[in-house]
Amino acid sequence: MALAVVFLPLFAAIVAGLFGRAIGDRGAQIVTCGAVALSAALAIALFFTQILFAHTPQVVEIAPWIDSGGVHVDWALRLDTLSGVMLVTVSTVSATIHVYSIGYMAEDRSIPRFMAYLSWFTFFMLVLVTADNFVQLFFGWEGVGLLSYLLIGFWYDRASADAAAIKAFIVNRIGDFGFALGIFSVFLIFGSLDFDTVFAKAPMMVGTSMHFLGWQVSSLTLACILLFVGAMGKSAQIGLHTWLPDAMEGPTPVSALIHAATMVTAGVFMVARLSPLFEYAPDALALVGVVGGTTAIFAASIGMAQNDIKRVIAYSTCSQLGYMFFGAAVSAYSAAMFHLFTHAFFKALLFLASGSVIHALSGEQDMRRMGGLWRKIPVTYAVMWIGSLSLAGIPPFSGYYSKDTILAAAWASGTAVGRYAFCLGTLAAFMTAFYSWRLLFMTFHGKPRADAETMHHAHESPWVMLIPLLVLALGALAAGYFTEPYFVGAQRTHFWDGSIFDLHHPLARLESGPAIIGFLPLIFALGGIAVAYWAYILDPDLPARFALRFRALYLFVLNKWYFDELYDRLFVRSAFALGYDLWRWGDGAVIDGLGPDGIAATARELAHEASRLQTGYVYHYAFVMLIGLAGFVTWLLFPR
Amino acid sequence: MIVQAILFYIFAAVAIASGVLVVSARNPVHSVLFLILAFFSSAALFILIGAEFLAMILVIVYVGAVAVLFLFVVMMLDIDFVQLRSGFMRYLPVGALIGLLLMAELIFVVVSWVVAPAALKGLAARPLGGGVVNTRALGDVLYTRYFFAFEAAGLILLVAMIGAIVLTLRQRAGVRRQKIAAQLARARRETVEIVKVPLGQGGE
Amino acid sequence: MQIGLAHYLTVAAILFTLGIFGIFLNRKNVIIILMSIELMLLAVNINFVAFSAFLNDLTGQAFAMFVLTVAAAEAAIGLAILVVYFRNRGTIRVEDINMMKG
Repeated sequence: MALAVVFLPLFAAIVAGLFGRAIGDRGAQIVTCGAVALSAALAIALFFTQILFAHTPQVVEIAPWIDSGGVHVDWALRLDTLSGVMLVTVSTVSATIHVYSIGYMAEDRSIPRFMAYLSWFTFFMLVLVTADNFVQLFFGWEGVGLLSYLLIGFWYDRASADAAAIKAFIVNRIGDFGFALGIFSVFLIFGSLDFDTVFAKAPMMVGTSMHFLGWQVSSLTLACILLFVGAMGKSAQIGLHTWLPDAMEGPTPVSALIHAATMVTAGVFMVARLSPLFEYAPDALALVGVVGGTTAIFAASIGMAQNDIKRVIAYSTCSQLGYMFFGAAVSAYSAAMFHLFTHAFFKALLFLASGSVIHALSGEQDMRRMGGLWRKIPVTYAVMWIGSLSLAGIPPFSGYYSKDTILAAAWASGTAVGRYAFCLGTLAAFMTAFYSWRLLFMTFHGKPRADAETMHHAHESPWVMLIPLLVLALGALAAGYFTEPYFVGAQRTHFWDGSIFDLHHPLARLESGPAIIGFLPLIFALGGIAVAYWAYILDPDLPARFALRFRALYLFVLNKWYFDELYDRLFVRSAFALGYDLWRWGDGAVIDGLGPDGIAATARELAHEASRLQTGYVYHYAFVMLIGLAGFVTWLLFPR
Repeated sequence: MIVQAILFYIFAAVAIASGVLVVSARNPVHSVLFLILAFFSSAALFILIGAEFLAMILVIVYVGAVAVLFLFVVMMLDIDFVQLRSGFMRYLPVGALIGLLLMAELIFVVVSWVVAPAALKGLAARPLGGGVVNTRALGDVLYTRYFFAFEAAGLILLVAMIGAIVLTLRQRAGVRRQKIAAQLARARRETVEIVKVPLGQGGE
Repeated sequence: MQIGLAHYLTVAAILFTLGIFGIFLNRKNVIIILMSIELMLLAVNINFVAFSAFLNDLTGQAFAMFVLTVAAAEAAIGLAILVVYFRNRGTIRVEDINMMKG
């Protein structure tokens, strides 16, 4: 059954991709949605029957892969609670998004290609979460990166989409480079790439060190840091985050699936999966915490000033991933996974709802041209509220449970990194609530700022798009409350059953802190909602005045802390210049000059010179013959 | 013997001088005439050696036909006198060198050669002199041993004749020729018509 | 002095070289080339006849006859070509005949 869960989407992708023209748009949609929905159902069934409360981890061998020298890697599916949770999340969210795409992409020219890409992505993500060794993990990792590129650049005739796709791929590639180095160091340290072997040997390698770029560093710390670099790229943490906002060039279902619920969470999953390693590298975990906390507040601050509805949600994703990372950094991997689980639902919901808004306004994405929509698209409005409440962490919505657990664990860890992360995280909670309600008010309330023509056409989305929204809303509503005991509550040890490893048992000390700590995030969130209400409903001129007054700060935040400009100046320009020079001089002058062009030109020159021998005068020819004859006779005359 | 030697030197000198003048005369007609002189001198040399048939043939064919042909063409083509151009000098050094080299080699061979005894075995027919006239001796050899070559030579001449005609024949517009076949195919009824003409009136 | 084979051969050699010179040293017209060829053939004939006389073998003279035949034929054709060329090009100056120039 596990095989079916993982391979059904691949099968659907092949059918829709290769035979899309034959089976038509509707056929492609049916095949892919059916396959992924079936995969989701099977995943849930699998989870409840085989995984939960069973003896884990179970490994389903598929085929041998590499067996060369010391490297022995097989294709296998690792089934334990961690991968089971991910299987359920990925396949369910993917299934809802497949169904949503039927409605959203209904007028697109290349529906089979889109559906095939979505299913293919699902396959790679499922391979990633069920990987039993580093190489298979990397295979899935690269595969989702590839599909991200293909899907961001889905509308390939748009230059901005092409640029965004390349940017995503390249920034990801930088992270993947670190990841690959991490895998190499793991192999160097442990001599094996198999999870079971590595996890078993991890405690023994604690004190060892290895040589890196001239320094002696602790081997486990080095390996974990390098692996985390990969996670930074994939999960858009500060430094390697620049691709995520531009990735909004892709269609909204893509943003929902890849850049909210699944691909970007691969980094968090990876850290959780490698918890047996990370637990023994506290310095690496500290780095993870710092990066995560900083990203949380950095992204939230940018999200407050953005005007494109999708970009606000994208920065929100970036920020929430920061939360997950610093949750993992204080060894609360289960809390991080819990937040991943709930986040998948409400973030996908927010994206799809924004897609619904865009669809209603015939493609408008700028919030400054929205407004006054809540009567026209009430269902979308309602689910947007649900998603935002969940995101802000208001009880009893799901986000409250996961987010608060993370923040409480961060405080309770007592470390400097944990406290730092807690402060930043709480502040970010304020900002999160602010930008979420800013989005709501600007989009749905106030006087309509779109033109009359657009407002006239504004209509609710068709049912094929609304039903996935409702399904996800249900998840956003209820998932937190009902699953909290299992993820982070009383039943957690039994639930996780060894698939996550922690040395310090952070969640056990949650009750020990001051009571105010538990309520602080909620207070900040409510404060954020209040400020947003004041700024966008009560006193609509306030944001403009504020921006004018603190112009430098506003521009800094609006321009994403000038990261893109910085990178452009530091890396992009020099890379382009180098490439250009190599092309002109290296390739053009040297290689072409010595190679084809040069040889052709030389041949032409030689031929031109040689043709001057053909003067056309017969007596010239006779003369030359005579010279040859004289030479020949002279040669014959001399005794040899 | 002395007379022979003197005659030989005279005729040889004339032949060589004529050769030089053929190449370097300004007037092309003069060139042809000097060519004729060269032929005559060579004919005299042949007679001295004893091959009088060939000498006469040389005069008849070469002078009487080939040189005359040359003259025809020179006259027909209306060739101008040419001044000796400076380009002549460009090739002279190399040309002279090569020519001298060749001449030296030839003379070198001539002076120092030795006849292989075996070569004397394959000699044909009768020696010169004796009681047989040169012409008859040549005829004996030509029509028997070299008969095939003789026929082939005839063929060559035929081909040359046809070739020359084909190359230079041109149809000129406006020249009326007889079409013999048409003339012979003429029937009476196209030609003659009997008309009864009353006295005093003419025909039409 | 006794006129031997060498003398005749020397004469022939000189005539031959003169003929060769005539081919490429002439800057006048193509007829000179044809006449030079005749000179060369004459030199060859002298050679043949000289050998024939001194070796007491008539083969040389027979072959000289054939050379004569071929020379006549070749002169005829050469001149025919020349005439046709003159008709088409209007000149037989050596410098003007370079249509084969590559």
